[in-house]
Amino acid sequence: MSPRRRRPHLVFPDASELEEPLLDVQDLRTYFHTARGVVKANDGVSFTLNRGKTLGVVGESGSGKTVLTRSIMGLLPNIQLERSGSVRFAGHELTSLTAHQLRDVWGTQMAVIFQDPMTALNPVVRVDRQLTESLRIRLGLDRRAAHDTAIALLGSVGIPAPEQRMRNYPHELSGGMRQRVMIAIALACGPKLVLADEPTTGLDVTLQAQILDLLASLQRERSMGMILVTHDLGVVANRADDIAVMYAGRIVEQAPTKDLFSHTRMPYTEALLRSIPRLADPSHTRLRAIPGRPPDLASLPDGCPFAPRCPYAQDRCLTDDPPPRTAGAGHLFRCWFPVGSPEGEDALARNVAAGVPAALAFTGALAGAAISVTTVSVTATAVVTGSLAPDASLVPPAVPLVVPPVVPPVVSPGPAEGANGDATAGES
Amino acid sequence: MVDIGNANQAIERVREFEALTGTTGPVPPATATTASRSGLGVVFWVSFGWVLFMVLLAIFASVLPLKNPNFQDYSAVNIGPSIHHLLGTDDLGRDLLSRIIFGSRVSLIIGFASVGLALVAGGVLGLLAGYTGGWIDTVLNAGSLVVLAFPALLAILVIEAFWVPRSLLKLTIIFAVAGTPSLFRVIRATTLSFATREFVVAARTMGATTWRILFRELLPNVVPAAVSFALIGVAVAIILEGSLAFLGLSISLPTASLGNIVNEGVQNNNLTLNAYIALWPSLYIFILLVALNLMADRLRTRFDVRAGNL
Amino acid sequence: MSRYVSARVVQLIFIIFFISIVAFLLVHLLPGDPTLAILGPNDTAQARAELLKQLGLNRPLPVQYWTWITNVFRGNLGISFLTHQTVSNAIGVAFPIDLELIIVSQLLAFIVSIPLSLIAALRPNRLFDRIATTSTYGMLAVPTFVVAVILVLLFAVKIHIFPATGFNPLAQGLGPNLKSVLLPSISLAVGSVAIYYRLLRADMIATLQEDFITMARAKGLSTPYILIRHALRPSSFALLAGAGLSIGSLFTGAFVVEILFQLPGIGFQLIQAIDSRDYLVVQGMALVAAIAYVVINFGVDILFTFLDPRVRRG
Repeated sequence: MSPRRRRPHLVFPDASELEEPLLDVQDLRTYFHTARGVVKANDGVSFTLNRGKTLGVVGESGSGKTVLTRSIMGLLPNIQLERSGSVRFAGHELTSLTAHQLRDVWGTQMAVIFQDPMTALNPVVRVDRQLTESLRIRLGLDRRAAHDTAIALLGSVGIPAPEQRMRNYPHELSGGMRQRVMIAIALACGPKLVLADEPTTGLDVTLQAQILDLLASLQRERSMGMILVTHDLGVVANRADDIAVMYAGRIVEQAPTKDLFSHTRMPYTEALLRSIPRLADPSHTRLRAIPGRPPDLASLPDGCPFAPRCPYAQDRCLTDDPPPRTAGAGHLFRCWFPVGSPEGEDALARNVAAGVPAALAFTGALAGAAISVTTVSVTATAVVTGSLAPDASLVPPAVPLVVPPVVPPVVSPGPAEGANGDATAGES
Repeated sequence: MVDIGNANQAIERVREFEALTGTTGPVPPATATTASRSGLGVVFWVSFGWVLFMVLLAIFASVLPLKNPNFQDYSAVNIGPSIHHLLGTDDLGRDLLSRIIFGSRVSLIIGFASVGLALVAGGVLGLLAGYTGGWIDTVLNAGSLVVLAFPALLAILVIEAFWVPRSLLKLTIIFAVAGTPSLFRVIRATTLSFATREFVVAARTMGATTWRILFRELLPNVVPAAVSFALIGVAVAIILEGSLAFLGLSISLPTASLGNIVNEGVQNNNLTLNAYIALWPSLYIFILLVALNLMADRLRTRFDVRAGNL
Repeated sequence: MSRYVSARVVQLIFIIFFISIVAFLLVHLLPGDPTLAILGPNDTAQARAELLKQLGLNRPLPVQYWTWITNVFRGNLGISFLTHQTVSNAIGVAFPIDLELIIVSQLLAFIVSIPLSLIAALRPNRLFDRIATTSTYGMLAVPTFVVAVILVLLFAVKIHIFPATGFNPLAQGLGPNLKSVLLPSISLAVGSVAIYYRLLRADMIATLQEDFITMARAKGLSTPYILIRHALRPSSFALLAGAGLSIGSLFTGAFVVEILFQLPGIGFQLIQAIDSRDYLVVQGMALVAAIAYVVINFGVDILFTFLDPRVRRG
């Protein structure tokens, strides 16, 4: 197996000459046929991504976001898999490429950064070969050139003494170092699109920021497109151009980042925002966890999949699946009773009055449904406080059932968006 | 020749390496993708039925309407399968069907009795060592490692040759002793993995005696792994006895055993004159071993015995 | 040196000491009178006692063991009653035959089983895997002596390509030498192929589900490259352990094939020596075969630490 350069089978236009979006995903469905039934991991996902832009994909674990990245790349094992829809990348329809042709896309055009570098780096292969093999095989560099390029790459991702690190095995590096190596490997062949699948989940908070900043600066230098998958809204809040919120295998709300935070429409997005601990809260504040669990992707309910956990849910939500609706330029959501609309307010008020547990937990009345946290982790997420406002103004004080919130919601004196949130709620 | 047994030992060694060095290799995935989780499946029951049928034939051989396996009918030498002789006759005119059924007795007794003995001995010691730990475990574990390090086949050959005259009982005991350490290790390892589970701890806090925990709580959980490995052991023992008999190193009884019949089939140009003599006993061993291996594999898959994801 | 290796070395020394005792006791504790074999059944009791004294067999067992083991350390394993050849000489003749049988048969087994298991593991439970896995059940169920008989019938009796029996030393040229060991080696390889296939396939399937394999695929590397350069090494532990056990046990375990093909290897000579109560030969050969078994498996354990870089530092 001597590393040898293969002749490329596909021709890719230079990214700057590209007229269509870099990535255009339309109605992507990824189903797994299992013993328990059909697991609909992605159920009609559509979005576009332009050159040099970042799309944040946010969702709980099990919402199908990791499968989405693999499905876009065509990396999923072809066993009991059903995949339909369209993935256009730089002028090529990826879903119709052969396995052989796909290899021309992987690495050089599109690269992936995995969640856990401990498992994604081969434990028995030195950093050297893990970095240089794609340089030699895919780009046809000779041993010397590949070695030099690899060292330069390690330097560019901020690894000190890269010469020595090359000789190390992954287990000999620290967690942050490993993630940097992984980024260097992903970027080695100059991809136009990077799919970062929870790139900072395993790292501690200070490292998280460093790695995300590194990714952002590398992205700017190389004007790559990036899909940043995370379960943490705070991670994408000031790094993504657009955000797509995933729930039960589909995108339930998608908007330019600012718009999403200031004009949240989807109750699920709102609930996600409220589940983030804030520095300004007094200690021992109960976190507003979302009650219930994400649905089983093998047996999705009729109607809106979020309905069973939704504070706004009405009878209609349990039977009719809401179609995508628009709210301003590039803002899509799937909800019958959107946040901030008169229908939505009505729905919530009705639920609170009727004592629907999800609604009570949402307004902070039902302490038992929430998770108690004693140490509030310090995250860089103060941005999102604006969305907190609606419940304060929406809860009708006259409803007798409602016990006043144990801790009154605190609006932190945060950035401008915080103030906007208040205004938005007042308007609607 | 004893490769089948080596596979289990190999996995055991890798696990020991992982435990001692704190590394983990690839964990074999649960193999329940196609197998139904509810039962053992048709394959198991067909195999089980076949083995049971063979055992019953061997037990009731003298009651069944079979010809005398040693009666030499010189008017019917080397005839092929027919109504009178279902599997034909050999070069001395003896009925092959009855020779094989009577001959299978030695193979089956040595196979099942020796492994049965080893299972009881290894089981009791393994449960005890795995559950109680302490010096009992240390001593037994070291002992089993040392015995396993000595090639079992070598010991069997030497003991068998010197401990004359050979008898069925002696051979069974030798095979049982040789098989005990491997079964001990399997049962000890499985017991260890169950000994800290909640239901065992719960039983202990409720004041159950050690013996009760061993036999009521742990034993039922250890049985699938133990039986699965024991079936492989039976297969190894049967092949080994067959090989020894083929070379004339097994016990000499008035009635030949399967290995002897194969040997007779290859002597005196019999192979070209009448290949059936060698074919039938070889086929008997073949089908029996396939059935035993299939049963062991199905048991392993069904009960998710981690060690043997073969 | 990791803790693991030093633990293994201590174990090795302990086990070799134990093995020398077992090899000694096996022969001395069991009934059966060596003088009977040397002098024949008709000699007088007095002559027998004389001989026992001469051989030192009337002394206490620990003393006999001590005499034997100190001689072993000096390279003196004793003299055969039967051939009056030194035991070390006999081993020197027999050992290379086993070595050649083992090398050829195991090479064959690896050449067949590794590619098969790699292809099968790529698509588990598909047609290729099912056919290959099913045939391993067959391979495990055919006793070696049956394989040997079939091979002799086909290649030596029907078409005379290979000699049916006998051994041609390497001195007679590589061609005749290989011809004389090929059929026995194939007979021995059949079982090994089945076991190696199963061990490697199971670990390979598990490895191929690891993230680092997806990562390698995402680099656009070819499937053969990924299988061989990324997946094979972390999947080969059980395979190597199995190979160690098979190779180790073949020093004696090849006796069936050696007798059938008349190859005077260790197993063959051991059976003859056992038959004639040539106790020093039995003791010596058992000791050598058992030590070979233990040392090879020790080698596999050491090899593990080189395969897994995570251990080497510790």
